[in-house]
Amino acid sequence: MEQHYMGIDVGSTATKAVVIDDAKNIVATKLCPTGFSGIDAAQRVADSYAQDGINVADIPVAATGYGRVSVPFADHVITEITCHGRGAAALFGADGIVIDVGGQDTKIIQVCNGSVKKFAMNDKCAAGTGKFLEVMANRMGVSQQNLSELARQGAPTTISCTCTVFAESEVISLIGQGRNRADIAQGVIESVVVRVVSLAAQVPGSPYFLTGGLCENEYIVERLSAHLHQPVTTLPQARYAGALGAALCARDRSKR
Amino acid sequence: MAGQTTIEQLPTTFEEFNEKRKKSFMKVKDYREQGGHIVGFLCSYTPLEFIDAAGVAAVGLCGMSDETIPAAETVLPSNLCPLIKSTYGFALTEKCPFTYFSELIVGETTCDGKKKMYELLADKKPVYVLQLPQGQGRAWASDAWYEEMLLFKKKLEETFGHTITDDDLRQAAINRNALRRALTDLYEVQASMPPALHGVELMSTLLSGTFSFDIKAFTQQINDRVQSCRRELEKGTNAVDPSAKRILLTGCPSGGLIKKVGETIARNGGVIVCLDDCTGERTNRMLVDPEADDIVREIGDRYLRINCSVMTPNDGRIEHTREMVKKYHVDGVIDTVLTACHTFNVESARMSAAMERDNTPYMKLETDYSQGDSAQIDTRIAAFIETIS
Repeated sequence: MEQHYMGIDVGSTATKAVVIDDAKNIVATKLCPTGFSGIDAAQRVADSYAQDGINVADIPVAATGYGRVSVPFADHVITEITCHGRGAAALFGADGIVIDVGGQDTKIIQVCNGSVKKFAMNDKCAAGTGKFLEVMANRMGVSQQNLSELARQGAPTTISCTCTVFAESEVISLIGQGRNRADIAQGVIESVVVRVVSLAAQVPGSPYFLTGGLCENEYIVERLSAHLHQPVTTLPQARYAGALGAALCARDRSKR
Repeated sequence: MAGQTTIEQLPTTFEEFNEKRKKSFMKVKDYREQGGHIVGFLCSYTPLEFIDAAGVAAVGLCGMSDETIPAAETVLPSNLCPLIKSTYGFALTEKCPFTYFSELIVGETTCDGKKKMYELLADKKPVYVLQLPQGQGRAWASDAWYEEMLLFKKKLEETFGHTITDDDLRQAAINRNALRRALTDLYEVQASMPPALHGVELMSTLLSGTFSFDIKAFTQQINDRVQSCRRELEKGTNAVDPSAKRILLTGCPSGGLIKKVGETIARNGGVIVCLDDCTGERTNRMLVDPEADDIVREIGDRYLRINCSVMTPNDGRIEHTREMVKKYHVDGVIDTVLTACHTFNVESARMSAAMERDNTPYMKLETDYSQGDSAQIDTRIAAFIETIS
């Protein structure tokens, strides 16, 4: 039977998993909401692979993401910084700067020769993360995808608070003033993009790659490129970058 | 001006304390009852020889725990460094026996947060503030600090009714130098490959010294530990995993981060080989010449040479860190900044640039004493160690 390796990325919002073969080809990916328990999410992923005929107990598994220590069947635990860097290098086939906008953390990772050289991460604050978008989209009663579509039609609007709690109050007062939804959406997206770009300034380099849950959000990719004055490349599989990196690490380690 | 604490009184909340805390209160109370005197200090710039020469025990009062921060925030703003808040909180809640029984607390004009906190602390305890110059470069800086030494000496003489002679100061310098040499020896056992000590032991040992009433006994304790480390090194007993990544910890005082940063480094495959904060090698390497013509000036000059981000410029710190990276075969530098410590936070940009020029992996870690960000701190430290592996 062909040897497989698994990487599982238990994020604050979503759990992603990738199984690769010995030639580093992706065999199967899985995605599910993490929910309350990372252990449950990991088990759901394992059950789903079992239906494909892949038994996670039989193959090397590396876990990453904020819930990395809660994966009972993991053989290795590796941080999401290392895994996103590694996975992005494999996906995009080049060194560069990886921007990962996660549910609770945003990371900027410099990849040199396929591995992480330097990184920056937001402080314990949701500014510039997926959580900020989620809170604002909920407040405005739209989905995150709709939020970006609306934003594209909006006039430039300033949301000056970077703190998610204060920014939510600011959004409420804009709603109270009768500003239209599109303008407020524009302000929300700009706020996230500006925060991400200022974090990116700590880790200079090029080209830029976007990984994480926003990889299919075209408007965000556009705004990031505009602020960085450089194209930001992404791929639909980029949300699996962390899991792929973990799978590659599991493969490396089992060969040591 | 607050009154002196009488020895008979214990804090009103004493009965609520746990056994360990009750015990340490009784220990300090006994020391006072047997005629011992205590002066509390916060900063490496405090010229301890003067306190020693007055026949008084000097104890460090820097707050290291978030336990008293909520109490402190009833008075102080929340966006202030945790060390300042914790220190003030311990005075306010009367939970620290050393603060409680200190007959004088010596502050200094280092950072803005501290110097304004001392004004408030003076409502609770007798406080004396040393006026520290803002840089070492001006010709008058040494003269101004010399005048401060004389004023400090006078203050101690008045408070404790003991005339401080030059001979007292020379003897104090000899004792302090012996402790500094012992501590430098302890740091240096970490230069071996693998190092002799776990980082947490190094950090805890240094912290325990700030609560010692007897510097000769503490010096002996350190010398004994150095001897046992050297024996173990000769035998080749690897106390520390030889594959552990060698970390230099620089930045703010790290006594309050032993668990949060020290243990996290160890858990993720690192070992602190060099503590490069103000209680580290860079400060202890500087000795006082006990034979100097003017011993007061000699002591003052020694302390003024200490590198801290409150000084401008502070190039000495960065040059010294670069030297330590080589001496201790360092794999990576972690620069810890306590939340709202503006001077170390701003200076980290220069430290980062210097490390980048030397090709030394570097990471800034901004944190406080709470557990709120411990998962993020764990991820950062683990990722940093992974990147240098």
